[in-house]
Amino acid sequence: MKKIMLGNEAVARGLYEAGVRFVSSYPGTPSTEISEFAAKYDEIYAEWAPNEKVALEAAIGASFGGGRAFSGMKHVGLNVAADPLFVTAYTGVGGGLVIGVADDPGMHSSQNEQDSRHYAIGAKLPMVEPSDAAECKEFTKLAYELSEQFDTPFILRLTTRVSHSGGAVELEERRACPLKEYTKDPAKRVMMPGNAKRRHPVVEQRLEKLAEYAYETPLNRVEMGDTSVGVITAGNCYHYAKEVYGKNASYLKLGLIHPLSEKQIREFAASVDSVVVIEELDGVIEAFCRSLGIPVTGKDVLPLCGEYSQELLREKLLGEEPAFVSVADEIPVRPPVLCPGCPHRGVFYTLKKMGLTVSGDIGCYTLGAVAPLSAMDTTLCMGASISALHGFNKVRGDAEKSVAVIGDSTFMHSGMTGLVNIIYNGGTSTVVILDNRITGMTGHQQNPLTGLTLKNQPAPYICLEDICAGLGVAREHIRVVDPAYPAELEKVLKEELAADAPSVVICRRPCALLKGVEKKPPLRVDREKCRSCKACMKIGCPCISMVEGADGVKAKVDETMCVGCGLCEQMCPFDAFASTRAE
Amino acid sequence: MATKNIMIVGVGGQGSLLASRILGAAATAAGYAVKISEVHGMSQRGGSVVTYVRYGEEVNSPVICEGEADVILSFELLEAARWLPFLRPGGTLITATQEINPMPVITGAAAYPEDLVHKIRDLGVNIIAEDAAAIAQAAGNGRAANVALIGLGAHVLGFDTDVLRGAVEECVPAKAKEINLRAFDMAADRQKAK
Repeated sequence: MKKIMLGNEAVARGLYEAGVRFVSSYPGTPSTEISEFAAKYDEIYAEWAPNEKVALEAAIGASFGGGRAFSGMKHVGLNVAADPLFVTAYTGVGGGLVIGVADDPGMHSSQNEQDSRHYAIGAKLPMVEPSDAAECKEFTKLAYELSEQFDTPFILRLTTRVSHSGGAVELEERRACPLKEYTKDPAKRVMMPGNAKRRHPVVEQRLEKLAEYAYETPLNRVEMGDTSVGVITAGNCYHYAKEVYGKNASYLKLGLIHPLSEKQIREFAASVDSVVVIEELDGVIEAFCRSLGIPVTGKDVLPLCGEYSQELLREKLLGEEPAFVSVADEIPVRPPVLCPGCPHRGVFYTLKKMGLTVSGDIGCYTLGAVAPLSAMDTTLCMGASISALHGFNKVRGDAEKSVAVIGDSTFMHSGMTGLVNIIYNGGTSTVVILDNRITGMTGHQQNPLTGLTLKNQPAPYICLEDICAGLGVAREHIRVVDPAYPAELEKVLKEELAADAPSVVICRRPCALLKGVEKKPPLRVDREKCRSCKACMKIGCPCISMVEGADGVKAKVDETMCVGCGLCEQMCPFDAFASTRAE
Repeated sequence: MATKNIMIVGVGGQGSLLASRILGAAATAAGYAVKISEVHGMSQRGGSVVTYVRYGEEVNSPVICEGEADVILSFELLEAARWLPFLRPGGTLITATQEINPMPVITGAAAYPEDLVHKIRDLGVNIIAEDAAAIAQAAGNGRAANVALIGLGAHVLGFDTDVLRGAVEECVPAKAKEINLRAFDMAADRQKAK
């Protein structure tokens, strides 16, 4: 039976069919749905961990324990998990272990565009890369077989286009995969110098064996067509190349992208007149070819930045331009915005009004940087809001003029250690935690503070205030406010910024998109009362615009979008906004 | 047959994912190979979003590029204009007439272009512009505008109407089935009557 599945869903199906028992991940676009779909199978235990390092370590533990295990994350998540990643190359596996990492060429939803293939090379781990949904399932399953055969974790590399493209996938039965017996083996699993010194050569020998295997693996295939051009490619780029060249080229389509087979690449290069390497982001395959002395066309004509497409290849490789029409008008950009009723809006309005320096973090609330809120000074990576603010304040000495802003899930991910640093080293910074009761940006995943697990089972209550207090923030400097009321928030922020002590202001209100959050009747502007002062325009609500009428340019609420949060009503000095509740 | 390219464009949160799944189900029911490419994450927060559906005997790339789309289904007028260059010469643009101001327009940094339907028609483009939300509203719920849009395009999407209708039935949640099928029928009939 065949079913249309997203690439990520097909990976999850591969986990199921491979007999995987354990999944521990942290959400991150474009990887999130792998673990969400895996959690739908009763046979798979699946969890969200607080961060990717914990997730991978949990998966390594499950593998040591004899079960097939998986950990999924986005490319920047692998940076967080890099520490266990490099060492687990030395320990090898018990049950098969696959680490899924999804890169985001084009940065659809990311802060950088890194190429995770460098991790495979750096950690000396094998890496497979599927090109579509069908291969997502097949490669995942094969990676588990190979993981156990070669006693090594495998990295499954995806990109946004593969993760989020759907195609037909053949459904098969789940493989029976009994738990392996556990026996103590400290020489293999206790990585202290004496043992690790003996394991490093094992890693190098294994890599050589894998390179030999790369020559014969079904993961790689040669498709001979016209031999004037030979394309070496992997992942979604293979499909773009097929669109452009069809039968007018020959292909070496790589599925095992680390290690590469010198013999295979030499043979393929010898069978064609010229070689083109087509790979998004860095020239990894290209560098390998060049190291063999094989002349190739690659990054000399193809870009290092952004996503590829058939159009880009036609333009860069064949010099062909598409034919199309367009309107003469300038089309205004449509950047993402905070949703109607978003509890973060009142926070950023207040921070901008107070003229504070804002050390930002990763989440929906990064949109607080966008006009007209324009309230964020820096955004780096998960958790950096708090740690970077500490350094900023230590060097400038004016902690009363700045705050860190971090979401609930991000705080649990890697904000806590930054807060410890502030307390331990005598900082007096103020940290604002945006507690919207969910992991928002990635599409509503549970986290340790929400009281539910990935499987939607009840979880023990973890109290954010108690965590902060436990880390050493004085109880009187842990304040909880409702960001729906900016005046109150401003008062609390002023008090805590003035305090000569570290403080935490928790802005608690659930995400407006969460199920069960009440949508109130929309507001409406009384055009007679509106004096066109545009005070309501400062909050950057997508529902409000200034509309021309016979009586001038007045504010208007789009009643189809408005959820009645009432923030605009609090901005208006003339009481022009009123609820339509009475109607 | 040559691969058929359909794009669905709109503003994040308008329901383009459901529309692409309906088209994917129709292509599968009709026995074609199909690939669908979606956008998740940040742009879903009110940004410009695009979904690609490609079907045929064999489909390689999951994306559609400039000058390649046979049909563009647009949930919003400005987005129709933004993605118009992706339409192939002779292709069909089906757009809802709804206008949603993007933030630069709201803040006054940019203007929403006027009279887009006429400007696009004057370029020689086959354009069907209808108030899809009003059709959906008449069917019982404005949120079925995405299915109404598919109904408006029933004659150019390359499927028998029954196949398309069956795909709607397969993909929408049970409690919304009746309203969505009515929205589909009303939209398809309206286009047929022309």
